[in-house]
Amino acid sequence: MLVPILEMTGITKRFPGVKALSNVDFRLFPGEVHALMGENGAGKSTLIKVLTGVYSIDEGSVMIEDQSVSISGPLEAQKAGISTVYQEVNLCPNLTVAENIFIGREPLKFGKIQWKKMNKDADQLLRERLNLSIDVTLPLHAYSVAIQQLIAIARALSISAKVLILDEPTSSLDQNEVQQLFSIMRKLKSEGLAILFVTHFLDQVYEMSDRITVLRNGELEGEYLAAELPKIELVLKMIGKELKLLEELPKLSEESKSSVGNTMITASELGRKGAIKPFNLEIRKGEVVGLAGLLGSGRTEIARLLFGVDRPDEGKLVVAESGSTVKSPRQAIDQGIAFCSENRKTEGIIDDLTVRENIILALQATRGWSRPLSRKKQDEIADQYIKMLNINPPNPEHLIKNLSGGNQQKVLLARWLLTEPDLLILDEPTRGIDIGAKAEIQKLVLSLAKQGMSVLFISSEMEEVIRVSDRVAILRDRTKVKELGSGEINQQQIMQAMAGG
Amino acid sequence: MLNRKFVPILVTFGLLAAMFAAGSFRYTGFFSAQVLYNLLIDNSFLIITAVGMTFVIISGGIDLSVGSVIALTTMLSASLVEQQGWSPGVVIPLVLIIGALFGTVMGAIIHYFKIQPFIVTLAGMFLARGICYIISINTITVTNSFFTKVAQTKISLPGGSFISINVIIALAVVLAAIFLAHYTRFGRNVYAIGGSEQSALLMGLPVARTKILVYTFSGFCSALAGVVFTFYMLSGYGLHAMGLELDTIAAVVIGGTLLTGGVGYVAGTFIGVLIQGVIQTIISFEGTLSSWWTKIVIGLLLFVFILFQRLLSDRRVTLKS
Repeated sequence: MLVPILEMTGITKRFPGVKALSNVDFRLFPGEVHALMGENGAGKSTLIKVLTGVYSIDEGSVMIEDQSVSISGPLEAQKAGISTVYQEVNLCPNLTVAENIFIGREPLKFGKIQWKKMNKDADQLLRERLNLSIDVTLPLHAYSVAIQQLIAIARALSISAKVLILDEPTSSLDQNEVQQLFSIMRKLKSEGLAILFVTHFLDQVYEMSDRITVLRNGELEGEYLAAELPKIELVLKMIGKELKLLEELPKLSEESKSSVGNTMITASELGRKGAIKPFNLEIRKGEVVGLAGLLGSGRTEIARLLFGVDRPDEGKLVVAESGSTVKSPRQAIDQGIAFCSENRKTEGIIDDLTVRENIILALQATRGWSRPLSRKKQDEIADQYIKMLNINPPNPEHLIKNLSGGNQQKVLLARWLLTEPDLLILDEPTRGIDIGAKAEIQKLVLSLAKQGMSVLFISSEMEEVIRVSDRVAILRDRTKVKELGSGEINQQQIMQAMAGG
Repeated sequence: MLNRKFVPILVTFGLLAAMFAAGSFRYTGFFSAQVLYNLLIDNSFLIITAVGMTFVIISGGIDLSVGSVIALTTMLSASLVEQQGWSPGVVIPLVLIIGALFGTVMGAIIHYFKIQPFIVTLAGMFLARGICYIISINTITVTNSFFTKVAQTKISLPGGSFISINVIIALAVVLAAIFLAHYTRFGRNVYAIGGSEQSALLMGLPVARTKILVYTFSGFCSALAGVVFTFYMLSGYGLHAMGLELDTIAAVVIGGTLLTGGVGYVAGTFIGVLIQGVIQTIISFEGTLSSWWTKIVIGLLLFVFILFQRLLSDRRVTLKS
């Protein structure tokens, strides 16, 4: 029996008001690639930050090679042989490649840095361990993100790492670069390095890992051998639902789904490098189209393309009525597209304004500041929407920051509804709000569609997508993999497509 | 192949050469070694201050207190030597330590309380300037024999020209700073922090120590500049070096250091100071122009340089993506 090189037992980490990790065990063997899986908020990043000393541990112990260690900072973690390469490359773009590898440990002679030796060592290290020959005297920013990531790995290796943590290393790489990284991971693995691999790309998990640990809601779901865990099982474990249970959920009022009209917007072969592979999507008038997929599968990226936040690299986007495309959020709004972003806190509400002011914001913006809405009109509008959406407390002069999450979401909805959009894009409209409010928002979406509004509904909660959608597009690994029409929507189908198995 | 990272510094150097050449053609007597040496003699305190400032700006910060620290140093030196009768051998090390400590305290406040360097050093600027007036509201003339002797010593150079001891000190500081910036771990850590403080922290570099030391070094340089200024002016006065912090920042930026941190050269700063000096010299040779024209030209130059840097860093961003 192999001895684990790293063993974490009973790890608990509390933040004010939340238990981010509770009694989590994790182990890592030399010469293996171990994937850490879980949905958003499952505790993956907390576990990594605990391991790398960014957070302190409240309870539990960490053993490295059977020695108990306490890690109190990134430097201690490095000394203990744990190195991390983050998604955002954490190197200094202004320094040379060689410096980035050796900074803090430069070869010295009488206190003077030996540049020649450092450059030679860096060159040799990259050549021998990573099969990479580049000019190490150029600044880091001269190279692509993929190369920068390899340089970050080289730095980790040169600190004689026993454990290498790769946190979402592939999310900004293209296919070839991913393969280059994988071949290096295989090489390092064969040299006996233990690699902890975090990614949300399921295919990559199965391509690379030997073992998988699944976290859910800050707890350990289980540790499995990759070969013995079918993809669909993994998805179920991450989401935490028994398949049978899901199928029994009632479908929301089938009759409420009206017949759909003409095309509202068409995306053909629309794509953006590193965000979403080219996809086709058509949304018709009065139709609710759901986007299903795991976190990071490209849901938000589609929304951003449709709203003109990001520019597509290829393909066409046509708004049927005007026959023109969407190049900026401004144009999108002019063409009747509204976007409720998933980051309610940072991109949506304005904390210190009242409910009334938050509601009229978008309408006022489209009118321009030279034509202000009269106070009387504002009050009328605010009252109307507060009643319609059942916003609580029903006081338009309340500061929005004092409202609950669900009510803030309703205010945001009101803001966009007020502009009378033809297409409403809702990105995670029900995240973090209670059941009652969720049901209300779902009902609202359906009644809006009945009135002829098109809705693009994005949610991680599959039940929700199934309930409200006339059609569901399923995404996996930044590709649209399937589209299900109204008759075919069911949990089993969607899960299969999401898992790709 | 020309290394791209030297482009800003070469442009600066080319500018200095062009200005000097223009001056030489326009005015008789301009093209001489002594004019060049006078640039150094008259700007040695600015060179020393700007060297300290270069480190601060490379680390991503700013130090507004330098001018006031110079004034305070002249004031302390003059009052201790003249009014208290202390020996210069005690006073000079003492004021250097005080300047360095002043920087240390500001650096510690900036780092540990996470306050913008701008506001902390602004407070330091008022504080140091204020303390000058506690010592005296008048000029204190320095008549001490050591100070006057240093001030009057001329080091002869071939061709009948000369430099002062201040120039030797300034050049020594520049050379030491170049070594510090490029051949020591401290220097490289300063660049790393300026490039990305977050990354520097995650790479396990001593961010706290380095940041505090940067301000300590700047405080030390200002104090040393203060000593040099005392040699130059032979007086202590609370109004000495008024607004010098801005001249210093201008010199550093003209020298090719990015205000966003992470990029810059001590040698560039040296040239930046000389450019300001050349402008001043040209204007004094012109004779009819007010000295405020220096400010106008430097203002225009700064605009051009900032735009130039913006273009360079934009190119960098596009390279990245």
